[in-house]
Amino acid sequence: MEKLRIDPEKIACARQAAGQIAADVDRYIGERTTVAVERTVLRLMGVDGVDAEGVPLPNVVVDHLEEKGVLGLGAAYWVVNALIQDGGSPQKMAERVAAGRLDLTELPREEEETLRRRGEELAREGLNRVRARRIQRDRLVGEWGEGRQPYLYVIVATGDIYEDAIQGKSAARQGADIVAVIRSTGQSLIDYVPYGATREGYGGTYATQENFRIMRKALDEAGEEVGRYIQLCNYCSGLCMPEIAAMGALERLDVMLNDALYGILFRDINMQRTLIDQAFSRMINGYAGIMINTGEDNYLTTADAVESAHTVLASQFINEQFARLSGLLPAQMGLGHAFEINPDLEDGFLLELAQAQLSRQIFPEAPLKYMPPTKYMTGNIFKGHIQDAMFNLVSILTGQGVQLLGMMTEAMHTPHIHDRKLAIENAQYIFNNARHLGEEIQYRPGGRIEGRAEEVLERALSMLEEVEKIGLFQALERGMLADVKRSITGGKGLTGVLTRETGYYNPFEEELRRRVGLPQREGWFHERGLHAD
Amino acid sequence: MNVDFTRIKPYGDTMNDGAVQLSFSLPVPCGEEAREAARRLASQMGLEEPQVYHMADLGENFTYFIVYGACIHTVDFSSIRVPKVDSKQMDYYRINQFIRERIGRKVVVIGACTGTDAHTVGIDAIMNMKGYDGEYGLERYPEMEAYNLGSQVPNEEMLAKAMELNADALLVSQVVTQKGVHIANLTNLVELAEAEGIRNRLLLICGGPRINHEMALELGYDAGFGPGSLAPDVASYIVHELERRIREKAKAR
Repeated sequence: MEKLRIDPEKIACARQAAGQIAADVDRYIGERTTVAVERTVLRLMGVDGVDAEGVPLPNVVVDHLEEKGVLGLGAAYWVVNALIQDGGSPQKMAERVAAGRLDLTELPREEEETLRRRGEELAREGLNRVRARRIQRDRLVGEWGEGRQPYLYVIVATGDIYEDAIQGKSAARQGADIVAVIRSTGQSLIDYVPYGATREGYGGTYATQENFRIMRKALDEAGEEVGRYIQLCNYCSGLCMPEIAAMGALERLDVMLNDALYGILFRDINMQRTLIDQAFSRMINGYAGIMINTGEDNYLTTADAVESAHTVLASQFINEQFARLSGLLPAQMGLGHAFEINPDLEDGFLLELAQAQLSRQIFPEAPLKYMPPTKYMTGNIFKGHIQDAMFNLVSILTGQGVQLLGMMTEAMHTPHIHDRKLAIENAQYIFNNARHLGEEIQYRPGGRIEGRAEEVLERALSMLEEVEKIGLFQALERGMLADVKRSITGGKGLTGVLTRETGYYNPFEEELRRRVGLPQREGWFHERGLHAD
Repeated sequence: MNVDFTRIKPYGDTMNDGAVQLSFSLPVPCGEEAREAARRLASQMGLEEPQVYHMADLGENFTYFIVYGACIHTVDFSSIRVPKVDSKQMDYYRINQFIRERIGRKVVVIGACTGTDAHTVGIDAIMNMKGYDGEYGLERYPEMEAYNLGSQVPNEEMLAKAMELNADALLVSQVVTQKGVHIANLTNLVELAEAEGIRNRLLLICGGPRINHEMALELGYDAGFGPGSLAPDVASYIVHELERRIREKAKAR
């Protein structure tokens, strides 16, 4: 029997409304692409490195095609054509474009069928590399085992990837299951991915493919030693969302923060741009076996956690549907929420419990990502440690999936090495000491907790019905999420959005859709009588 | 109880016992040598009879300690003078009344997290309609026009907005302070305002968890607000200082 009696009819209605909202946005996405999606296609073909000025080669090639006004057909179209005409690898081709020795648009155009054959081959090769990483993960988890949920998730953020590697290994030895490398402040707003190992960053470390590799190696070493596979997490968000997904898939990251709504609301990234980017990035994450984390917790940093709890739930419903449309399984959906109610509120703990249990019951298979108190952390580290303990207690009582450990020094500085140790001890103590308490508890029918859960669901449902009527874009324009208003043509990155022209070609999306069993987009290359299988 | 304010020491349970607690990590493997290293370090910090009550292995050759000791140092409390924002504290209603009666027009305030800083928690607490901890934010003040520009706002953009809106006060929030990034950014805003020739027309105010009034003055700001500051603290300062400047200008004429 469920712990809270909540109306299954209301849950079904909310899910249906969210499905409609996501489907509307998906239709819009299906007609467009972005510079980041096209750069991702190149990365998946194996294009990497930078030109003489330090510009990443995927940017060089995409900029070249954009300058010629032909990117609407997809980067793959031009690159595959060049490969057939000229031979060589995608990397060599990109290097020649960078050196100014090749204009992709001046080559003779191949027959579509020939293009398609070579394009599919490249897509298969690229995605086979991703699959190999996924298989490798499964094998290592099988050999070394892994932590129990709620996973202990900690952050490292030194700015220096080599220092991060040390801190990450230390955290793993102390008991962490997931190590996330916070990105340098501002990376989400730059329209390229930095290259190589980096030792300077602010509030975090740049996400680069080489940095991913360094961390992966460090955590594998620690994982093998402690006999527990350590998951690596990074931020698949901002203007390079799908590129980061590709890099993460190739370097065997395990968890990715991946939420367009977060970028729109909190980084002022244009909504069209990032929702298009998100769809492709989630397909890659899905196929790579990566768990995504969504950012609903952040709503409660600007809006009040009691007053706006329903917006978190509504957004979780929407994120679930977006994830589904990209082929993610429920077990990969780390839907976010947070313990952010003012600690001075009488019975605040009951409200936190209600919300956590409600999410648990509505998304039974999702490894819910539970975020610690931040807004009401004060610098009184001793009180902060207790707030984190209360947060841990809710988590073990309600079976959350991913526990981002609260730091007693939240709001003071990026965690020191022993802050992490104390946080891990706190969580381990409470998780172990109260492991099966949740199984013993039944909430009082019609009581405060059940009543609160009902109220939140009710309000989430009416919000979703409202959004369904006006569409997600307009809901964001009205500030219905997080009290933040964003316009459809405002924010960063809009210039990188393009309409897909007739004949648009993205062999990776087609192959991904084929492999995960998603329907193909209508009106694409493949539908024009060329595709046989 | 007799306290000698010229020679103050930490207090645990007996006057002048000097009791201090501290915790830190050392980059050494955990063991008795590590414990001794922590003890010696505490001695050099001026702690008598340092006791390592807890020691834990952090892995990777790091060790964590919780240490207690008796501090040998004293400070002269009687000679300490700290610059403070010394405007009279008023509440929401009094502030709006003050603006109506003593300033006679809307007060224009622009707030932002500038530079690369993306943490809006602080500026939101001061600016947002709902405010924080039971105090309305400046957007709610009927006698104020408050604009929250959000995060990662370039200094140039903030100044352009200040000129466009003829702002009275700029509120700059800086949360990320790693490697002193906030100092460079805060200084840059003052320099730009001076270059534009509008420094004297503006109240420049900064805030954040690692900011205090003294530091703000050093950086060329008019005031600084540290952790725990709420909208009425900032608003009281703004309206008093603004009124004082208006009065002075009138006198000079």
